[in-house]
Amino acid sequence: MEGVLNQLPIGLSIGAVLLLIALGLTFTFGQMGVVNMAHGEFIMAGAYTAYLLQGVGFLIALPAAFVVAGLMGLVLERTLIRRFYGRPLDTLLLTWGVSLLLQQLARDLFGAPNVQVASPAWLRGGIGILPYNRLFIMALAAASVLAIWAYMNRTGQGRRMRAVMQNRRLAATSGIDTGRVDQRTFFIGSGLAGVAGVALTLIGPVGPTLGTYYIVDAFLVVVAGGLGQLRGAVLAAAGLGLLNSYAEFWSDASLAKVVVFMAIIGFLQVRPQGLFFVRSRALS
Amino acid sequence: MTAPERSVRRWQGPAVFTAVAVLALVAAPLLLEPFRLGLLAKYLCYAIVALGIGLAWGQGGMLTLGQGVFFGLGGYAMGMYLKLNDAAGDLPDFMVWSGVEKLPALWTPFGNPVFALAMVVVLPAAVALLLGALVFRQRVRGAYFAILTQALAAALVILLVGQQGLTGGTNGLTNFFDFFGRDVAADETQRGLYLLVAVVLGALYLGARQLVRSRFGRLLLAVRDGEDRVRFLGYNPATVKTLTFAVSAGMAGIAGALFVPVVGIISPALLGVVPSLELVVAVAVGGRFALAGAVLGAVVMGYARTYFSEELPDAWLYLQGALFVLVMALAPKGIAGLAANLVRRREARA
Repeated sequence: MEGVLNQLPIGLSIGAVLLLIALGLTFTFGQMGVVNMAHGEFIMAGAYTAYLLQGVGFLIALPAAFVVAGLMGLVLERTLIRRFYGRPLDTLLLTWGVSLLLQQLARDLFGAPNVQVASPAWLRGGIGILPYNRLFIMALAAASVLAIWAYMNRTGQGRRMRAVMQNRRLAATSGIDTGRVDQRTFFIGSGLAGVAGVALTLIGPVGPTLGTYYIVDAFLVVVAGGLGQLRGAVLAAAGLGLLNSYAEFWSDASLAKVVVFMAIIGFLQVRPQGLFFVRSRALS
Repeated sequence: MTAPERSVRRWQGPAVFTAVAVLALVAAPLLLEPFRLGLLAKYLCYAIVALGIGLAWGQGGMLTLGQGVFFGLGGYAMGMYLKLNDAAGDLPDFMVWSGVEKLPALWTPFGNPVFALAMVVVLPAAVALLLGALVFRQRVRGAYFAILTQALAAALVILLVGQQGLTGGTNGLTNFFDFFGRDVAADETQRGLYLLVAVVLGALYLGARQLVRSRFGRLLLAVRDGEDRVRFLGYNPATVKTLTFAVSAGMAGIAGALFVPVVGIISPALLGVVPSLELVVAVAVGGRFALAGAVLGAVVMGYARTYFSEELPDAWLYLQGALFVLVMALAPKGIAGLAANLVRRREARA
């Protein structure tokens, strides 16, 4: 019984990390039709930011990683991705090339072996079966979701973002500068991946290929949650995190991914567009 | 266009095909030393997978990022037969090392060469049929499909690595000796295998070309360019896509089975997310809209990888990434597209 309970914080904290990663993906995919494989490398960039700022303080690493990863996303959007809007398959391959470049860059800058980031003292230990570091990750994800929700629903910028996501051409006709909105979405989404990277330093080592372990699962969260859907992403991330950790617990680690994959395919039989989606009369 | 020009046009394709076939079947075995010939055989195996990707993605619009899965299923089916054949009634060596005492039931039928060879095509095609039927029927498409195939590749690798006693784990299946009565490592056998791979590639290329030109192929193109319109005309796009996906999976399975005796190993590292994507990129570099472009891309990228990782090992990953970005940004139709542009420009000037 204790083993079963122990899996709970593990599953939920993995879900929280997946959520932070998937938020950026679901918005860039939903708003711009961009499948960004280099998103995983923004996680890696965030994690290395935390590594470099180890002496300075963990809480400073969070906003720093947000800005570093966000700026990387912004540069990528301005230089390359902008030319590929509405061609998701091409952006997928294009950004995979970018992700190879960034991985090799990290290898040259920080060395190929993994590095360990020392957790701050106040995050060691825990209450009962709840380790502080995993609790902190969950709180971080919850705070981020709240902030995003408030941004989208309570600010002018967020309203414009939702407008562009729902109908780009109509938004443009209404005088919204869609280019600016796209840049902001990219900055925020990439920044959240950086924050996820900092969170990951609490539960494991950092290496140049860190992002590749999470990017596939994060995309599955987008598929299961529905495009550009905050609620969907939250539920799907929690579900996927728990499913992953319990499938590992009850079968074994090598079968878990197969179980998750089959669960997703099964889920798509019932909800082919994901948990939530914008109803429309358009065909595709 | 005048009549003689048109007849030149008609003979151009077969002439190029024959020239390439003579080059591949006669010149290459005579001129290349055994090591280089082996490399070429390996690239041609990849070219078979690329042909399948060209069919599914270039013609059908289904970006499949999991061809490694099908390549692996074919490869493991062949590898299991070769292992059992070498063991001659005993347990394969890696099972002894990982403490397996009795041959697993999954392995038993693969001792039969006919069964194993059938599974090379049947297993990948069946997995693709099942996945395609479930996914396409629900109108899940485009990037969603790409992501799902990628997740499948990731899951299979973890499964293969984890089931050490059943699959040989990270090392995969290797150390083969006998290939249907011949020493698999002998130069003679390897030359024969090269010829076999080249002939299979040629035959599959002709078959795929025929498929694209058939009524079914027209329908496939129509599904790529306007799935909903095809549905309104009374066809079921899901069937067309599923069948094409299964054909491309079967090709990858054949490639995997040929790869095993040529290279001497099949392991999870050869069929995961990265190798699957690399082949898609090779197809993009060669030109995804032309079947010949896909084949060309696989061979060119194979040589590029070998050359650069021998000469400039550190620069290769940068080069590969940069190549990707440049091809997608500047020449989305790849080498074949650039060549077609050149021809068109020359014709316009004439």
